[in-house]
Amino acid sequence: MSEATTTTSRRIKLADGTGPVLAVLAVLLIALAFVGPAYSEPSGYLALLKRAAPLMILAIGQYFVIVSGGFDLSVGSLVTAEVVIAARLLDGDEAATLWVIPLLLCTGALVGLVNGLITTRLLVPSFIVTLGMLLVLDGAVFLWTGGSPRGALTEAFRVVGREGFEVPLLGQLPWSVLVLAALVVAAVVFMRRGTGRMLVAIGDNETSVRLGGGKVERLRTLAFVLSGVSAAIAAILLGGFAGVSAQVGDGLEFRVITAVVLGGVVLGGGRGSVVAAMAGALTLEALFSLLNLLGVAGGLESAVQGVIIIAAVAYAAAGRISFRTRRST
Amino acid sequence: MKRACTVVLAASALVLAACSSDLPTEPGAAQSQAQGESSAQSQFFDKAEYDRQLALRDATPTGPEDRPWEQALEPEMVDTSQYKKDGPYQVCFSNASVDNPWRQVGFKTMQAEADLHDDIAQFTVLDAEAKDDKQISDMASLVSQGCDALIVSPNTTATLTPAVEAACDSGIPVVVFDRGVNTECPVTFIHPIGGYAFGASAAEFLSDEVGEGGKVLGLRVLPGVDVLEHRWAAADRVFDERGVQVVGAEFTENDSATAKSIVSDYLQREGQIDGIWMDDGTAAVAVLEAFEDAGMEPPAISGEDQQQFLQKWKDEGLTALAPTYPTYQWRTPVIAALKILRGEEVPKEWILPQPVIDSSTLDNYLTAGMPPLHYGLCGCQEMPGYPQRWQ
Repeated sequence: MSEATTTTSRRIKLADGTGPVLAVLAVLLIALAFVGPAYSEPSGYLALLKRAAPLMILAIGQYFVIVSGGFDLSVGSLVTAEVVIAARLLDGDEAATLWVIPLLLCTGALVGLVNGLITTRLLVPSFIVTLGMLLVLDGAVFLWTGGSPRGALTEAFRVVGREGFEVPLLGQLPWSVLVLAALVVAAVVFMRRGTGRMLVAIGDNETSVRLGGGKVERLRTLAFVLSGVSAAIAAILLGGFAGVSAQVGDGLEFRVITAVVLGGVVLGGGRGSVVAAMAGALTLEALFSLLNLLGVAGGLESAVQGVIIIAAVAYAAAGRISFRTRRST
Repeated sequence: MKRACTVVLAASALVLAACSSDLPTEPGAAQSQAQGESSAQSQFFDKAEYDRQLALRDATPTGPEDRPWEQALEPEMVDTSQYKKDGPYQVCFSNASVDNPWRQVGFKTMQAEADLHDDIAQFTVLDAEAKDDKQISDMASLVSQGCDALIVSPNTTATLTPAVEAACDSGIPVVVFDRGVNTECPVTFIHPIGGYAFGASAAEFLSDEVGEGGKVLGLRVLPGVDVLEHRWAAADRVFDERGVQVVGAEFTENDSATAKSIVSDYLQREGQIDGIWMDDGTAAVAVLEAFEDAGMEPPAISGEDQQQFLQKWKDEGLTALAPTYPTYQWRTPVIAALKILRGEEVPKEWILPQPVIDSSTLDNYLTAGMPPLHYGLCGCQEMPGYPQRWQ
């Protein structure tokens, strides 16, 4: 899969910051092969991809929002809300799976739509809107469940996040990896078309897009809707992977922003590729796996995330400064 | 609250702006105790208290055999005749929070207990939402509302000690349970045996199962909370004595996905793990699934009395044990408050038995149809409204 990622991004022009993240990812994947015996076979990497898939999918959604100049901090609590809602609605009834999954996707889209409309129509900064949405969803989940999720996920619901099918040579190919692959293709195609390019342009210079007749509000709202849908898909995979939990989304918003920034996507918008954002998410998961295999304490995870954010933003800022200096001379 | 803080911190990192934010209060489940001789294993290890708890596991409790929430271990009774008054009573409760399933089940059980007594005319509850400052004002407000007795489940130990003392000074009887405070002024302090007993029971079982040289992985919730630290300190000591190889002790932050990932990584690293020791059982099912997904036999495991774990244990005939921190302890403070108001003796330190579920007693605590996060030792099975009220 890592190979596929590399070739896809080679075909589209390498955006700023794509090169470094792919290099880091390659180093980590090779290091994993030395440290973990399971990584000597494809199945080890497939297992890593299966675990990274929810974060990578979240990174796609977050990328749309960040590249168009916003933030979506509500994804973590949205994931929790979706898993809790799914457990309550399914309540172990296999037949319900078929209508609950579309309902979850709609809920994700609806939350994104609200975020987007408040951001673009009421002109509240997205940072504040989504922080508010995070608290609203957190509170709503708590009020509804009283801190203890009820109901249970069905076996059918969990198949996508937990199981896979046997492929000769490769071993078990998880369903979540297939879902991820489909979304990667869709995201790349989307970004190469007019709408995708326009999103980046909005992040870069909103006014010029507006003057050029672009529908800025509509496109930015679309980015939030896509982010909400990606959170819903991630929730379906995470719920499948680990079962009902009221903690499932804790800290995901932070982690996904780290991933996107690690992928060289510039906070504030306008630069970065969607493939690099996903590569950032995979890099982050590979890094945590490596730290774990090396026996480094879990507490280091937050510290590593913090350092990555600061370093990546500083790197981008340094790039901008030298760019300006060059232009002025 | 913790999440909001995380986001605020994250946000501040993102915009590289300075931000000062209080650290989240950990739900400290502290009991007052003197610093004993410290062990090299953990700053939380107190040899005298460890020995006391291990001995208490075998002590014979006094009180009705079928009602463990009314039993007491080695009680020293105190006279309460000074608080005697005629009913009906207003009993008040200052709760630290209901922010996890254990407290949810406990609180429902407590409300059901209050409903059982006709001489409780009013049961007034204020929820501090895990905030020390709110609980301090809650307690002051309850004291001024004319409560006849005040039950407190303190959010943190040190900060709430003066507030409990202030409540004692007002003259009404105060009952503290679950987490403790650093003062002797409450009429009674109710708690199960404690963390050392919990951790040691699980570790002894696993040591028997995996044998000397067997590989055990310890999964802990989070650092710094003393009952949780006591659990691990005791387990670590037992494993050490029995020659069990502890391949790691990791924090899961009570997230099943994190727990499952950690276990998958360890399975890759170690090839095989014979036993899983758990701080609390929330993630036990996810941990077992990590073995399933890797195509391996389930290990010997210690969990807790949570329904989803008990169910899996029963369905798959696991080699398992569930030490408990019983939620039935939420019944006891209501009973204690009424005893005090009637002028009956109560134990100064009311230590409740802390049963351990094994394969032979599993069926007593597993009930079909309960939610996955229900706790089997709620002591609520005979209460009116069971099971609907807990579903």
